[in-house]
Amino acid sequence: MNAGKHDSFINSIMRRLQENWRTVVIIIPFIWLLMFFLFPFFIVAKISLAEIKIASPPFTKMVDWSDGGIMTVRIVFDNFLYIINDSLYVDTYFNSVKIASTATIISLLLGYPIAYGIVRSGPIAKPILLFMVILPFWTSFLLRVYAWMGLLADQGTINNLLISLGFINEPIRMLYTEFAVYIGIVYTYMPFMILPLYANMEKLDGSLNEAAADLGSKPINTFFKVTLPLTMPGVIAGSLLVFIPATGEYVIPDLLGGGNVQMIGRVLFNEFSRNTDWPVASAVAIAMLFLLVLPIIIFQYYQGKAAEDK
Amino acid sequence: MEDGLILDSAISQNGKKNKPFVQIRGLTKKFGEITAVDNIDLDIYQGELFCLLGGSGCGKSTLLRMLAGFEFPESGTISIDGIDMSQVPAYERPTNMMFQSYALFPHMTVGENIAFGLQQDKISKTEISDRVNDILKLVELEGYIKRRPQQLSGGQMQRVALARALVKKPKLLLLDEPLAALDKKLRKQTQFELANIQEQVGVTFIVVTHDQEEAMTLSSRMAVMDMGKFKQIGTPTEIYEFPESRFVADFIGSANIFEGKVINSKAGHVTVSTDVGELIVNYGQSVSEGKNIWIGIRPEKIHLSKTITKKLDGNHIKGVVEEIGYLGETSIYKVRLENGQIIDVSAPNQSRPMNQARGITWEDVVYLSWEPESAMLLNS
Repeated sequence: MNAGKHDSFINSIMRRLQENWRTVVIIIPFIWLLMFFLFPFFIVAKISLAEIKIASPPFTKMVDWSDGGIMTVRIVFDNFLYIINDSLYVDTYFNSVKIASTATIISLLLGYPIAYGIVRSGPIAKPILLFMVILPFWTSFLLRVYAWMGLLADQGTINNLLISLGFINEPIRMLYTEFAVYIGIVYTYMPFMILPLYANMEKLDGSLNEAAADLGSKPINTFFKVTLPLTMPGVIAGSLLVFIPATGEYVIPDLLGGGNVQMIGRVLFNEFSRNTDWPVASAVAIAMLFLLVLPIIIFQYYQGKAAEDK
Repeated sequence: MEDGLILDSAISQNGKKNKPFVQIRGLTKKFGEITAVDNIDLDIYQGELFCLLGGSGCGKSTLLRMLAGFEFPESGTISIDGIDMSQVPAYERPTNMMFQSYALFPHMTVGENIAFGLQQDKISKTEISDRVNDILKLVELEGYIKRRPQQLSGGQMQRVALARALVKKPKLLLLDEPLAALDKKLRKQTQFELANIQEQVGVTFIVVTHDQEEAMTLSSRMAVMDMGKFKQIGTPTEIYEFPESRFVADFIGSANIFEGKVINSKAGHVTVSTDVGELIVNYGQSVSEGKNIWIGIRPEKIHLSKTITKKLDGNHIKGVVEEIGYLGETSIYKVRLENGQIIDVSAPNQSRPMNQARGITWEDVVYLSWEPESAMLLNS
C-alpha cells in the first residue's frame, strides 16, 4: 500500500518532468523560427511597403512621429505595382519557375532509377552507393560550381577533349547558357531527389511486386499501377526539395548562366546590392515567398495525408 | 488410349490412379553454395489439398516460389496440366498465390485489390464486378468492398488475400503459410473454413506450412521436407501411423525410439533385439535379419500399469515414473527405464487425478506395454 503510493508519487513527478521536457523540446525550435524567420519576414514585409530614400537605412520609415505629436503611417504599394507592371520581373518569375520545374522533372527522371537501383543493390554495394550520393556535400558547393565552369567553358575540359578527339572543330558554347544552368541545378540538387525517394522505396514491400506479377501483371504495368503510386510520397518530397530552392537559386544562374539566364534570385541580388533599392528587393522577396508558399502547402497536405494513412 | 477417357477419369474421385495434374521431375534450385531444393520428384493430382511440411530452411518455400514462377530452377521440370512451366514468367502462369504477408496493395480498396488480377485479363467491367461480388460472398466479406487493407483485421486481410488469389480461378492455388499470422483460436477456425472453401471451388491447393497440426487437419496428402528433399509423402494418417524414418516419426508428433538388431523376420512379424529386451513389431514390412534398425512407439500407444499384464505377447518394459506433466485432457508421464532411457507416455485423464484411487504417481514402479501392431519400424 505504502510502496504503491510512493511509486505513484515518483511516477507523477517523472510524468510532469517528461511533459515539461516535451514543451522545452518544442519551444526551442519554435523560438528559433520566431526570431530568425518570422521576425525577419515582418521586417522585409515592412521594407517592401516603404519608399527608396538616399539615407541609412535606404528607405522611408513606416511610422513617423512629427513635432506636434502626430503619428504618420506611410504604406506604399508602389513596389508591388512596379514589379507587376515591369515585364522584366514577371518574365523573370516565369523563367525561374520554368527552369526550376524543368530541372525538377529532369532530376526526377534521373533520380528515380538511381534510387531504385540503390534499393535493389546488394548489402555490400548499398552503403557505398548511398555514400556516393552524399559525397559531393563534403566539398563546398561554390567550389563544385566553379569546377563545372572549368568543365563547360569554351576552352574547358569537355570542349578541349572533343576537339582533340576530332569530334568537333569549333568549341560548343555551353557555359553561360540555360543548358549550363540546368546542369548546375540538376547536379547540385540530385541528392535531395534521390534520398527521399530511396527512403520511400526502401520501405516498399517486395512481395507487392510479386503479388502483382502473380496476378498476371507485366512488369511495366506493375510499375505504373503498384510501384509508382506507392512511391508518390517520395516523388513529391523529392520534387519539392529540388523545386523550392531551385526557384530562388542565385549562385548557379549567376556563375553558370552569366547575364543570359534571368532568375529571380539574381534580380533580387541586383536590386539589393547594385541598385540599393531595398524596398523593391523586399517586394521581390515577398512575391517570391508567396510563389513558393503554394508548393509548400501541397507538400504539407500530402505529408498529412500520408501520415493519416498510417 | 483416348484423350477424352483420360480427361474424364481425371475429374473422378479417385485421383491417384489418374494422370498427375502437377508433375515435378528432378527439380533442383541452388542459392550460391546452398542447395535449397535437391533433385525432387512430385506428383499432385487434380483437386488435392497438398501440404508441404518442414522446418525453416527445408526448401518448402523455394519449391512453392518455383511453382509460382518467382524462382527458376537450375535443372528439372515443372509441368502444370500437361504444360511445362519451368521457364514461364509468373505473370503468364495459371497459378495464383496467397502470400504469408498477404501482400495486399495498400493504395487500393478491397474491391480494387480483388479486381486487379481480373483487369489484367481484359474482362468486361460488369463481369469483373460480378466476380468480385461473388468471391466476396464466398469469403463472407460482402460489406467490405470499399475498405482499405489498413482498416481490416488480420482475419479479414487473410480472407481478402484468399479472395484475390481465387477470383482468377487459377488451375493451382499456392498458399504460403496461410494461417501463420493469425492467433491460435482464429487459426483453428480458419483451417476448417479453408478446407471448406477448397472443397467448394475444387481448385488444387498446395499449402506450405511449418505447423504439423495445420498440415494434418488441412491436407488430403502431405510431404515432409528436410534439407531440400522429401522424407515421406502420404496421407496424414500414413505419415503419422507409418512413418518410414526416425526423422518423420520425430517431426510429426513425438516418438520413443529404441535402437536394435533384427533377429527374426517373418512377413509382418519382426523381432528386434534391443538393450531393453526383445521387442516385437507386427507390421506389414519385411526386413533382412541382422540389420540395424530403430523401433518407434508413440506416447499415446503405450499402456501404463502398476501390474504386469500377461494378455499381450511381449513388449513389456519395467520403469519408474520420474515426472508427470498435467496438460488437462491428458497427462504426460516420463518413465525412466532400467537402462536409463526416458520414455514418454501419454494417457487421457478420464477421471480427475485426485479421485483416482489407484492412480500412478511419482516414483511408482510401472510396466509399459504396447501392442506389436502399434510399433513402427524406422530407417535412420
